[in-house]
Order: sequence, then structure tokens, then C-alpha cells
Amino acid sequence: MSTDYHPMWKSLGLNLDNHDKLMEVLGAAYGSLFMSQKNRPTHTSYLDFVMSEVHGLRIKEIVDGKQQGKKVVGTYCTFVPEEIVLAAGCVMVGLCAGADFATEEVERYLPRNICALIKSSFGFKLGGVCPYLEASDVVVGENTCDGKKKAYEALKRLVKDLFIMDLPQTKTKEAMALLKTEYKKFIAKMESLSGRKITVEGLKKAIAIVNAKRSAVHRLSALRSADPAPISGLDALLINQIYFYEDPVRFTENINALCDELDGRIKAKTGAFAVKTTRLLISGCPMAVPNWKLPAIIETHGAVVVGEESCTGERGTRNLVTNTASTLDGLVDALVERYLAIDCAVFTPNKERLDHIKEMAAAYKADGVVLYSLNFCTPYLVEAMGIEHELEAAGIPAIKIETDYSQEDMGQLTTRIQAFIERVVS
Amino acid sequence: MTLRIAAGIDIGSVTVKLVVADGNGAVVRRDVVDAGFDPRATAKALIESVPGNTKLVATGYGRDLIGTPSITELKAHALGARFLFPDCSCLIDIGGQDVKIVCLDNKGKVSKFEMNDRCAAGTGKFLEIMSGRLGFTLDEFAAAALAGSDTVTISSMCTVFAESEVVGLVNRGRNRQDIAAALHRAVVVRVASMYKRLEPGPGRIVLSGGGGRNRALAVMLEQAAGKKLTVAPDPQIVGALGCAIEARRVDTVN
Repeated sequence: MSTDYHPMWKSLGLNLDNHDKLMEVLGAAYGSLFMSQKNRPTHTSYLDFVMSEVHGLRIKEIVDGKQQGKKVVGTYCTFVPEEIVLAAGCVMVGLCAGADFATEEVERYLPRNICALIKSSFGFKLGGVCPYLEASDVVVGENTCDGKKKAYEALKRLVKDLFIMDLPQTKTKEAMALLKTEYKKFIAKMESLSGRKITVEGLKKAIAIVNAKRSAVHRLSALRSADPAPISGLDALLINQIYFYEDPVRFTENINALCDELDGRIKAKTGAFAVKTTRLLISGCPMAVPNWKLPAIIETHGAVVVGEESCTGERGTRNLVTNTASTLDGLVDALVERYLAIDCAVFTPNKERLDHIKEMAAAYKADGVVLYSLNFCTPYLVEAMGIEHELEAAGIPAIKIETDYSQEDMGQLTTRIQAFIERVVS
Repeated sequence: MTLRIAAGIDIGSVTVKLVVADGNGAVVRRDVVDAGFDPRATAKALIESVPGNTKLVATGYGRDLIGTPSITELKAHALGARFLFPDCSCLIDIGGQDVKIVCLDNKGKVSKFEMNDRCAAGTGKFLEIMSGRLGFTLDEFAAAALAGSDTVTISSMCTVFAESEVVGLVNRGRNRQDIAAALHRAVVVRVASMYKRLEPGPGRIVLSGGGGRNRALAVMLEQAAGKKLTVAPDPQIVGALGCAIEARRVDTVN
């Protein structure tokens, strides 16, 4: 941590005062929530390092890459195929933000009652505190929920190159055709950005890299079914969060090494929590760094999080791309098939999501499900109503939690979570 | 063998409640004091007078302030209500800052619950602020509500907005009793919708918390639920009593 990155941040155009403040808060939150955990696997030192350098070494790597002509693509959604970005020799970074920032500024562009994730992402832009966003040569805005797609109309005025990707809202044949058209447009965009043609070999290689990254996360998920839980939900969430910024090959190596350690811990019955600790599944809206509020409450009140049905979790990483086609068109079909299986709540109908939650609850031996929605997130809030009912009917205790990034509801939230834990303890 | 006394403390947002129960669960001492600005000190002062070896369990917002074992208010009120009424299957606790509705299974375990979100809508605090705005004491406020007609409607549940609405109504010369009735009805509508979402089964409904002292709330809630409702005797201490019962249970197990 001895390197002074201020000159680099300045050259990216960050607001240094604001950024220093953010880093201070982030460092303090990380220290109190992560470093205070007991019985962490030793390989979590990788996570600590990545987080300590999240705006440092990783940004330097990206900036150095830019000087070699490696373009940067910023994204806000798991529907943007990293495979295509990598095949064009570019680097992809996730831009969603998980802390309130520059809220007054944001409210000049967006209404007060829009979800915290969208607001926060704007706040990071307007506050000048996100080096990933400032380093991005193109930002992809995808038409998912109403909040995001309308917010991109305002974001267009704030970033130099916003590429809009349309997304279907159903899973019909026509929807597949639409997504394919959009992915082809995205290929063209990446080719013109990088000045490089995407080849069959290049795309196959990129698919293999991303498949390996997803496989490492699948391996981690499966290991979390053990009792005692070999790793905390907070650390597992963090892995799913840095998935969006870290170099994919390095990420894969390190997560596999961590999983090797977890294999050993499971054999030795060493857990991050005691055996028979109450096990909860979180399901719902994504949690971007540093939004660790809900798992932190759960894990400091006698339960462990054993899975995340989330974009920062299994919804985002599940399923691999079939990498057998020998034509570009065939590979794009395989991408469409993989991505259209994502059961985001913007789709209708979306019954697969309920099935997936039930599958996860069984696979990870969850005692209950916490349905997490951000305030004003209509798609997830509406689905939570029906899903809660369906889960309870299936004998799986469920609780709906609606919150945002603020700390003002910590008291009520803690009481509700703790009461839910008391309820599911048999 | 006679069981030892056990104690429970409920460190709430408005008041701190202490109950000492004997081996049979009979309340031998009860205190209700203002939480003040330093609830930890208030709670510590209260428990100082309890014999040192007494098992104590805490609940309420300040449940983790004093270093004793703690349970949530939902579990505490459920235990207390079930102890008082073994046939209780649903508990409505209207506290200073929260409204909680808890369904109990036939073993007395919490099976489902609903609780208000962050704001004070529908809580004791809401009614306290509105009674102040109308110039009533809390007892007068409830009596006025029972005497009032249903010709006025309060549409906002936000304490701040509802207060402006009340100011508007007062300035249009509306009857204070009718406004009081409307405010109570607003709370009851909200509580009743939480109650209906839970679809409680047969069995006794018990009302606890400071809201239990408000007779108008009890009467209107009974009408809204379409079912007889039992107001717990000394409703404010039900949570602390539940804690004392939990403390005794833990003491017996160990």
C-alpha cells in the first residue's frame, strides 16, 4: 500500500477529495466487516489484497493496458457477454456501485425514488470517484428494467461513449432472435473499438476463459453446501463482487486455490462458523461493492449465508457456454442460449427463478430464504410477493426485506433478521 | 423444587421495562421508566436493584447494550403472550417505534411475522405526536377517538405528512374528536392489512405493547379483524415478561 496512486487518479480525472473520502469509508467498512471475521480460510488474503488495491494496482494494470491499445468496456449488467469483449482483446469491468454518493447531484438527473443501485452508479460518476468508469472507453447500457433504461438516457450526457444494448423481456424464439441481433451489433461495436476482427478461434478462447472463471465459482458454490460452512457468506459475496473487476485468468487461479483449501477444511470439518449454524440463502437484487449490509447483519446474528441467488451470485454465474461450434454464428447462438437462461426479474413470465431458488435451498441445505429487494425495484419487489408465498407453501421459511444503501434502518432490519433466525432455528 | 426468580428487561425506543418473575412466572416486580437519552444507563440503574445472581434476558432496541443474553422483541412478546394466554395464536404488539404481528404455532413457536419498515407510520410514536398536535393527553385522545364520527379521513401514514394533514383539518374547523377517530382508523387500517397478510389461524389474538393501553385502538382493531381481541393485562410489560420466562427456561436447562 506504499504506492501513491494520486497522480494516476488525477490523470483519470477523478475528484481527489471525494475519492479520498470514499476510500477512507471503504477501507474502514472492509476492516470492520471482513477483517474482524473469525476462522477465515487463509486464501482470503487474496481477497484482502484485491480489495486493498481495488482502485490501485488493478487500475494501474488497466491503464497500462490502455497504453498498449487494450480498450476498456464498462458494464452494468450480467447480460453483457464478457466473451465478446475478451475476443476483441478488450477488458471488461463492472460499474455498478453499492454506496450512496453525491446524492444531491444525482437528484438533478434522477428522481428521488429510483433504486439505490442506479442512484449510486450516477453518484460515482458525478462525484468523480470511480476509476473503472473513468478508464472506460465505452460504457454499455442494457435495457433491463425501466429504471435503468431511462437512466441511460441521462447517462448519455455524462459519458463519452454509451452503447445501448436492447434486451428481450420474454424467452420466446423471437426473443432469442432479438438477443442474437444485439450480440451481433455488440461484436461490430467491439471490433470497431479495438480495430480487431473477432475470429472463431479468438471467441472460442475467450469462451474457455470465461467458462473457467464461472466453473471456479460453481466449485465454490458447491463447497458451501458443507456443514460447517467452510467460508463465510460475506467472503463468498466478495468473490462474486470482484468477479466483475479482476483479471479473469488470475481470478480463476486464485479461486481454485481457495477451493483447494476449502476441500481440506471440509475434510477436517473446519468451518468459518460452528457446525449446525443456521443457514440462509439470499435471493433478489444484486449487491455491488461495498453493499455488504444484509449478509453482515445475518452473519453477526447467529446465521451463515450459504448462497446468493443474485446477479452478484449464482444467477449471474450459473451455466457455461457450449463451446463446440466451429462458426462465429454457431458460437453466438451458444452465447444467446447461455445468457437468455439468466432468470432476471425483468423477464415475464419468470417461473424458472422460483425453481432455481428451491433448487439452491435444497442443494445448500438452507434453513430459510431472505428475499432481498432494493426500494423501488419493481421487478424484484413484485416477484418477492409470490415467491415468499410459494416458498412458505413448500415448507421453506422466507422473509421479504426491502431496503437501500443507507444505515438508518439498521435497527429494524436487525430485529427482523434476528427474529427470522429465531423462527427457523429448530 | 422451587425455581428461582428470573428477570427480563425490555429496552425500547420510548420506555425501559423490567420484570422480575418468581418460579411460577408470577410477576413480583415491574417497572416502566422513560428510556431517556441514555438507555444503557437507564437500564443499568434498573437492574442494579435485582439480586446479582438472577438470570436476566434482554430485548428491545437496546437489547445488546448491557451485555446480557438477548432475544428479539418478537420472540419476547410471543413468549409473554403465550405464558399469559396458552391459547394465543396471534400477537399484535404496538410499540413506540414498531408494529409487530406474530403468528404462533401450536407449540408457541413463532411461525410467521410482519413488522413495519423503517418509518414510524402506524406506531405508538405516530399516535403520540398526533395527540400532541390536537392538544390531547393519550387517554383523552383515545376517548375522543371513540366518541368521534367517521366523517374525516387521514390519507397519509407518514408522520410528517399526516401532521400537516391534521393542521389543515384543524384550520378548516373540523371536529377534534373526528380527527382523532380518523388518526386511529389510519393506524388500524395499516395494522389490519399486516394482520390479513399473515392469515392467522384460529386461536386467541392478544394485543400488547404501549398501544394496548389505548382503548380506541383495541376496539377498532377488533372490528377490523372481525374477531375478539384480548388486551394483555399490563400490556407494556409483556416483552419483559417474555424475557423473564426465557431467562428461567435457560436457567432450568443449564
